[in-house]
Amino acid sequence: MRYVIIGNSTAAVGCVEGIRQLDREGSITLVSEEPYHTYSRPLISYLLRGETDRQRMKYRPDGFYEENRCELLTGVSVCRIIPEEHKALLSDGRTLEYEKLLMATGSRPFVPPIEGIRQVEKRFTFQSLDDALRLGAALTPNSRVLIMGAGLIGLKCAEGIRHLAQNVTVVDLADHILSSILDVDAAKRMQDHIEKQGVDFLLSDGVERFEGNTAALKSGTRLPFDILVVAVGVSPNIELIAEAGGKTGRGIMTDTRCATTLPDVFAAGDCSESLDITTGQSRVLALLPNAYLQGECAGINMAGGDSRYDRAIPMNSIGFFGLHVATAGSPQGKALLSKDGDAYKKLFVQDDLLKGYMMVGDVSRCGIYTAMIRNRTPLSSVDFALIREKPQLMAFSKVERNKMLGGAEDED
Amino acid sequence: MKRIYVNEDWCLGCHLCEYYCAFANSGIDDMAKALKGIAIHPRIQIEEGKEGVSFAVSCRHCAEPLCVKSCITGALTLNDGVIAVNQGKCVGCYTCILSCPYGAIMPSQDGVVQKCELCLKNSDGSPACVAHCPNRAIVYEER
Repeated sequence: MRYVIIGNSTAAVGCVEGIRQLDREGSITLVSEEPYHTYSRPLISYLLRGETDRQRMKYRPDGFYEENRCELLTGVSVCRIIPEEHKALLSDGRTLEYEKLLMATGSRPFVPPIEGIRQVEKRFTFQSLDDALRLGAALTPNSRVLIMGAGLIGLKCAEGIRHLAQNVTVVDLADHILSSILDVDAAKRMQDHIEKQGVDFLLSDGVERFEGNTAALKSGTRLPFDILVVAVGVSPNIELIAEAGGKTGRGIMTDTRCATTLPDVFAAGDCSESLDITTGQSRVLALLPNAYLQGECAGINMAGGDSRYDRAIPMNSIGFFGLHVATAGSPQGKALLSKDGDAYKKLFVQDDLLKGYMMVGDVSRCGIYTAMIRNRTPLSSVDFALIREKPQLMAFSKVERNKMLGGAEDED
Repeated sequence: MKRIYVNEDWCLGCHLCEYYCAFANSGIDDMAKALKGIAIHPRIQIEEGKEGVSFAVSCRHCAEPLCVKSCITGALTLNDGVIAVNQGKCVGCYTCILSCPYGAIMPSQDGVVQKCELCLKNSDGSPACVAHCPNRAIVYEER
């Protein structure tokens, strides 16, 4: 079997490891625009903060490609795929033939069409290692940094560079930070904490236009800055599939086997959509665990196995300046709030199911909640008072606990 | 594959497994120096409930490990049936804590995560919790 993988990040690695579970012999070629060994993208902020380094941020050991008998082509991109001929055309003029193809093309930062933005000289995005290296090189202790976007990427960037700049201001149209994962209450706690680290926020506000190195905001505020970081969102890289006639939405459409609508073409990671079981809707779940699991599922299927990726849920665990937040599922149904000192927790229940949760501060054992969402555990089957108090296996029946811890066989 | 199994009917709730775990992973060879007056951070933890029910929870070393597959750095690995964490690579994002269905991974005192590694990395060489459980409520065996 001849496999080609477009991409070299999490989904691509998952695919390699999925293929190799079943097929030790087939040839695997990875195509990557970036000239690097596979690295963890979320670690770029930790790199700037000095909490990791180039060696430790490698997502797999140095021998990964050799041990998995993969060929890595770097500094080259795919310009076109021809599914009926099973060919991918490369930017250097070469043609790769494949029997199974994985699209692990990821996404790219979206730069909104704001007047004057293209003329901002020191304008950066924050997604790749090169982005981080360029930003790090441009920062001086006198830099005034403006970050557009108070989402996960914008705030991770703020954390990563706070100590390298004179000041960091984050502007966002939303009325609270991390609006994709937190509600107003939970976000306020995190915002207070981040503000104490010297990061300023301008919320419910946006840049109307740039006049050189001054941002004119909708509120009328004029904000001078030296460095601009644009982190307002990403666009999935779907063009190769769309141009080849495959079905795309916001991302590349896939079924539960991670197959696209094109024959022998699979997709995984931030470029693709998957079915969020908490909402029943197909959506891009641009999360590292999701990318790995999709990639692995695709790899197993590409190698002739039968794997289903049918339990996708949104989930995030992330910390800013030492304060942690964990969220999973969707904020649907009845919200049950509990606060205990610095710990904040909100559970969302509906139709005898835990649909989602948000925890700020203490995130101990939150995976027990995540599993209940993923497994659609009926709340009537657990001791609800106990599970509401804290994540604990004591809330499950003795029979279930014996399966989990005692080695009792599952009779399902 | 040998695994840790827990029998909750035999668990006395004595917490000795927690103390022996903390001692085995302390790197100190005097138990009093390692534990006396110190808040311990064991990798095995006892849950206690109503009517005297108690049991120990530690890593199940899953064959399909969500923690390993979700790890953002590659610090968690599964080799020969043992899930281990490279603490030098871990950045403490806690995605593994978010992923573990058993609540068996926890922050260490350094902020990065810790978990049961079956005492393979410390001088005990095999699970100290099992060796010192007074009622054989925790066993390490092939089934």
